[in-house]
Amino acid sequence: MPSRLLSLLLLSFALPAAAGDSASRDMELGLAKSLHAVRNNRLDVALNEVDSLLKINPNFKLAQLVRGDLLMARSKPITDFGAAPNAPLDRVQDLREEANARLQRVQQQQPVAMPKYLWQLSPKQKYAVVVDTSKSTLYLFENVNGEPRYVSDFYISVGKKGADKIVEGDQKTPLGVYFVNSHLTRDKLTDFYGSGAYPLSYPNEWDKRLGRNGYGIWLHGTPSDTYSRPPRASNGCVVLANNDLTDLGSHLQVGVTPVIIASQIDWSDEADLTERAALLKEIEQWRSDWASRNTEAYLSHYAHDFSTGSVNLPAFAQQKRLVNSGKTWIKVKMNNVSVFPYPSQPNLVVVNFEQDYDSNNLSNRMLKRQYWMKRDGRWQIVYEGAA
Amino acid sequence: MIMFKLFSRAAALGLLLAISIPVQADDLQDANKLFKQGLHAQAMEKVNTYLVAKPKDAQARFLKGLIFAEQANIPDAITTFTGLTEDYPELPEPYNNLAVLYAGQGNYEKAKSSLEMAIRTHPSYATAHENLGDIYAKMASQAYDRALQLDKSNTNTQTKLALIRELFSKSVRTPVAAKPTVTAQAGSAPATAPATTTAVVAAASAPVVAQPAQTKPVVTVVALDADISTEVLKATKEWAAAWSAKNSKKYLALYAKEFKAPDGLSRSAWEAQRKARIAAPKSIQIGISEAKVKVSDEKHASITFRQSYRASHLNSLSAKTLDWAKVDGQWLIVAERSGK
Repeated sequence: MPSRLLSLLLLSFALPAAAGDSASRDMELGLAKSLHAVRNNRLDVALNEVDSLLKINPNFKLAQLVRGDLLMARSKPITDFGAAPNAPLDRVQDLREEANARLQRVQQQQPVAMPKYLWQLSPKQKYAVVVDTSKSTLYLFENVNGEPRYVSDFYISVGKKGADKIVEGDQKTPLGVYFVNSHLTRDKLTDFYGSGAYPLSYPNEWDKRLGRNGYGIWLHGTPSDTYSRPPRASNGCVVLANNDLTDLGSHLQVGVTPVIIASQIDWSDEADLTERAALLKEIEQWRSDWASRNTEAYLSHYAHDFSTGSVNLPAFAQQKRLVNSGKTWIKVKMNNVSVFPYPSQPNLVVVNFEQDYDSNNLSNRMLKRQYWMKRDGRWQIVYEGAA
Repeated sequence: MIMFKLFSRAAALGLLLAISIPVQADDLQDANKLFKQGLHAQAMEKVNTYLVAKPKDAQARFLKGLIFAEQANIPDAITTFTGLTEDYPELPEPYNNLAVLYAGQGNYEKAKSSLEMAIRTHPSYATAHENLGDIYAKMASQAYDRALQLDKSNTNTQTKLALIRELFSKSVRTPVAAKPTVTAQAGSAPATAPATTTAVVAAASAPVVAQPAQTKPVVTVVALDADISTEVLKATKEWAAAWSAKNSKKYLALYAKEFKAPDGLSRSAWEAQRKARIAAPKSIQIGISEAKVKVSDEKHASITFRQSYRASHLNSLSAKTLDWAKVDGQWLIVAERSGK
């Protein structure tokens, strides 16, 4: 009977060697060990395991539920996960989902490849964050000489209604390429946000172009009476355990660190790297065409539906032709280039760089952001603006 | 709800009280009586007097613990029972009572440990097992509360009150016996059957007296047998009552299908004879005394008693044995014998 408790969850899983060594990872492994023991009918072992978890973190609600079941099973046969009499079904369901998510996470191998979304990190970006909403996981990568290298991952909660936010109030987490906009410390927040918050740049230029709205999508912690929240719990924010948020936060750079949210991470492969090379070549072509003052070649990099947000292609082209006609020479340098394929939109890539523009009558430095899209085998700019 | 069960079972532990008291132990007997009458202060005085002479006496200290508990002096009650567990680690009852007191304070971990000790000393001590099950359920519900943020409607205060009311409102019985033989008495004696050793003296008005609990762990599902004994005694009383009420329908309904009618009579012939005999006298009064129940298993038991038959035309006194079997949840007579 007790083993049914688990069969309702999933599972034929083996415990892998521990990945990472964080306290949260230990909690998760401990929970998996306990559930594993239940499956092997070692209820005593299972109870010891959750008891030691709860000694560290009495607010780990899922562990409390498992403990409840294990104790109840000693009192009477139980037939289901979360056998609390009069238990609110939705809360039991939430915790069941958390158990599933965490067990899947424990079985997950530590990533060896790089996610498809980190084609290029700028030297200034020390770390990058990639969220997989379907796996309730946030991955932290370190920029090691331009190559993203896995550092750790964290259990997270996302929107109650899942991912792919469209409108305000839809309780979904947006999918896209975002940046950490600011940092709010605990003392500026209510207890609800726990150890702090990092507002993200939702809605970004692409979201606005698609008419998506809403605001206040943050990475944040949990209330003081809660260790972790169910996989789908927030109004769209990405929620981490407080110690995890603090750990993650120590790596985040406001205005710099990318946070890419995907519904399911695609990992980079050979074809992907070929594609990356093709785009980088096209970007270089755009730069040199601009510097060569061949205005028509330069403008050919812009898509027919290009927009700066307020100016469309004809107006943009007219203005560029006018400006370029007054130039005797132009130098364009691109520094600290980062390139991030867009997770929810195939063939769309976000390119950021510091533009160093110099000409006979004007010099200018700016942070620029472009959205490149591949159409009919050709990469073109669909958006450009100051970042 | 859980706690209610727990404490009513806990009531089973007052038991050592029923255990025999030597003649010189008038003080203890008096204390016991006073306690049952609710005169706690006086009972305490008697117990203390007794303890001056015999400071180590387990029964007196046990009673003292109960009086403390009844006086809502839980810390002293706990101290008293703890002392008993130290001096008499082989007795499961003090552990069990400690568990009940700890549970009343919401300290389920300690309650659990105490019950585990009770079970370690007497692995088949059913009361402790049942209490432990309830403790687990209570601990589970605490964990569920934390997991699911359930309303905490049952507070410890309520639990505690339930304990004190429950623990002392019931008559007591001992769960420790040398043999699974249970002696019960009819008439004015307490209805609950005390399980005892074989030597039993049943007196109409005196408390049941038995030998002290053995130091040897002898318990074999005694609580279960005691429950069965109680049920069989009750069924036997119903049988006597139906007969006395001249309710032959009810009387005959207590005989199982496989009951063999005496003298080779067919069932219908025997039933007709019984109906006629029950109908004939103007009044019948059946009395039962010196009842002894022997439990074979949870569905079979036989009871031997002295049957007094008083009717308008005849008085008689005879030994009778009824063999009972539990069929579809109901105890029915499968055999009836006169004489031992």
